[in-house]
Amino acid sequence: MSTPEQLPRLLALVPYLLKRPGIAFATAAADFGVSEERLRKDLNLLWLCGLPGHYPGDLIEIDFEGDTITLSDPQGVDRPLRLTVDEALALVVALRTLAETPGLADPEPVLRALAKVEEAAGAAAAPADRVAVALEGGGSVLPVVRDALERKKVLRLLYWTAGRDETTEREVDPVRLVVVDGQSYLEAWCRRAEGVRIFHLGRVQELQVLDEDAAPPEGLPSRDLSQGLFQPTDGDTVVTFALEPGAAWVSDFYPCDTVDDLGDGRQVVTLRTRGTAWIRRLALSLGASGRVLEPPELAAQVREDARVALSAYSSR
Amino acid sequence: MAAKKTERLLNLVICLLATRRFLTVQQIREAVPGYDADNEEAFRRMFERDKEELRDLGIPLETGSNSHWDDEVGYRIARRDYQLPEITLEPDEAAALGLAARLWQSAPLAGATGSALLKLRAAGIETPESATGLEPRIGATEPAFEACLAGAVTGRRLRFDYRTSGRPGPEARHVEPWGVVSRHGRWYLVGHDLMREATRVFRLSRIVGAVTPEGPAGAVAKPEGQDLRALVIRTAGDAPRTTARVRVRVGSCWELRRAATSVGADGDGWEIVELGYSDPGRFADRVAGYGADAVVLAPDEARDAVVRRLQALAETGADLEPAR
Repeated sequence: MSTPEQLPRLLALVPYLLKRPGIAFATAAADFGVSEERLRKDLNLLWLCGLPGHYPGDLIEIDFEGDTITLSDPQGVDRPLRLTVDEALALVVALRTLAETPGLADPEPVLRALAKVEEAAGAAAAPADRVAVALEGGGSVLPVVRDALERKKVLRLLYWTAGRDETTEREVDPVRLVVVDGQSYLEAWCRRAEGVRIFHLGRVQELQVLDEDAAPPEGLPSRDLSQGLFQPTDGDTVVTFALEPGAAWVSDFYPCDTVDDLGDGRQVVTLRTRGTAWIRRLALSLGASGRVLEPPELAAQVREDARVALSAYSSR
Repeated sequence: MAAKKTERLLNLVICLLATRRFLTVQQIREAVPGYDADNEEAFRRMFERDKEELRDLGIPLETGSNSHWDDEVGYRIARRDYQLPEITLEPDEAAALGLAARLWQSAPLAGATGSALLKLRAAGIETPESATGLEPRIGATEPAFEACLAGAVTGRRLRFDYRTSGRPGPEARHVEPWGVVSRHGRWYLVGHDLMREATRVFRLSRIVGAVTPEGPAGAVAKPEGQDLRALVIRTAGDAPRTTARVRVRVGSCWELRRAATSVGADGDGWEIVELGYSDPGRFADRVAGYGADAVVLAPDEARDAVVRRLQALAETGADLEPAR
C-alpha cells in the first residue's frame, strides 16, 4: 500500500496503541482493517520515526511480547488528527438520519453522540448541513419490529401484498431489519409460505409481538441486499415495455435488464418478473405512455383489464 | 520507495509538531531524514510535494516568520489545530455511533466513515458491532453523486447536462449547489439554476455525463433558512391539494385506504374512500393500476385522467392484437 493510505493509518495507529497497552496483534489488525502482516510492516516503519536527531529516546518505542503490542514514547503524535470535512459529514449526517427516523433507534443516545461528534469535529462539521437523508421508517410499525428482533420473538402480521392487492395474516420469525433505497423492510421466515420473505413495513396493516421465541430455521442463506431487493431467477418472465418520455421514470425506478434509447426521450426497456400481476397494474397506470410489447398474452391481458375497468365508467 | 516516503512524511509531521518556532526549509532539510542533501532543486520539488500531501490529509501546515525582521517563511504545525479534541462516549452513545457508521454503503461516504472511525478509535472509543439485526443502508450509485456532493460541500458552481421528462435531449445546466438530498433511495441536487434564475431540484440519475465545477470554491452559500428536504418534498408534489372520492371493492386497494381521510360503505361489496391528491395525472397513475377495483367518482379532472389512461389501452391497443 502506498503513502496516501499508509500515513493517515500510522498517524491513527500511534495514539490507538498508546491507549491500549498490550493489545493483541489480531485485534489491532482487525480494527484497522489490515492483515497482520501489513500491521507488522507498519510497526517496523513506526519505530524508525521520531524527533530530529533520532538519538535513543527520540524514537517511537514499541515492545512486542508474544502476540501483543505495547507502544510508548509517541513523540508528540499522541492524539489522532482532527476529522476532515468529509469524515465529519459522513458521521454527522448518518447520526442525524438515525435521530430523525422514528423507531429506527432510541433517539436520545443518538442525539448525545451527535452533539459530542459535532463538538469534536468543530468547524469541519459545518458543511454537514449540505446533505440530508429522508428515510421511511414505516411509522408506528418500526418500533414494534425492532422490539421483536431485540427480544427474538415471533411476530404476527396483517400484510398487504401489492402485486395481488390482497391482505393476509402471517406468523413470522424475524431475521433482520433492512433499510434499502430509503424504505424499511423486515426479512423473516414466513411460517405460512415456509420460506424467507421480505416484508415492506409500509404495507404492514397490523402487527403484534407474540409471546413465543422466534426460531428461524438454522443455516438460512444470508442474502446480499445491497444490489436491491429483486434478485432475478431463471423462471422469470421477461417483459418488454415501450415508454414515452412521460414514463421515463420507469427505467429509473425498476431494475431493467436492457434500456434502449430511441431518441426524443422514448425508450424500449425489458425487465424480469416472477409474477405478472404487478406488471398489469403498472401498465394500467401508465396508460398510453407505457405499452407492453412482449409477451403478447400479457399485452392482451392488459387490454382486457382496461376494457373491464372502463365499463364501470360508461355505465354511470 | 513508498515506505521511505511515508517514513519521511511521518518524521516531518513529528518535527513540525515538536517545534514552537517556525522552521525554515533549510532547517527542515537538516532535521528530517530523507531529503536530498546535495541537489537543492530536487529537494525543493520534493518538499513542495510533501507539503501538498500533508494538506490533502487535512494536516494544518502553518506558515509564518519568527519575528518582524525575519523575512524568510517558515513552517510549523499547531497542536491545537492538529489534534482531535478529547471525546468519550457512553456505551449507548458508542452503540448509536456504531449503527450510524453502517449507514453509508458506497463511496465516497463509506470510505470517509471508515477513516473517521479509525480516528475515534485512536481517541479511545470502542464501537461495538450492532447485534440487533438492524441494517439501515443508504447507497449512492448515481455516477454524478461524488461531484455534486463535492460542489455542495465546497460551495462551487456546477455545470452538467440534464434530461427532463418530455424533452427530446439533455440540456446544459449551470447551478449554484446548496446541497444533496436522499429520498426514497434516490439522490437529488438542490440549488439555484443560473439560466432559469430559480430554485431547482435535480434528480442525479438524470444527469448525463460529467459534472464540472465552474469558478472558485466558496462562491456559493446556501441561503439562510432553506430546508433542503422540504424543497425536494415540495418538488415531488406530495402535499395534497384536492380531495377525491373513489369507489373501491371491499378488501382491495389497501394503499388507497391507507391514505384515505374517510371510508364509508356503498352497497354490497363496495366502499367509498375520500383521499387528497396534488396532481390529477399522478393520482390517476395510482388509481388506474387497480383496474376494475377502483372507480373515481369525483372530481372530474381525476376521473377523466383515469378514463384517458384506460381508453388509450383498451382502444388503440387493437392494432397490436397478436395474430392467431
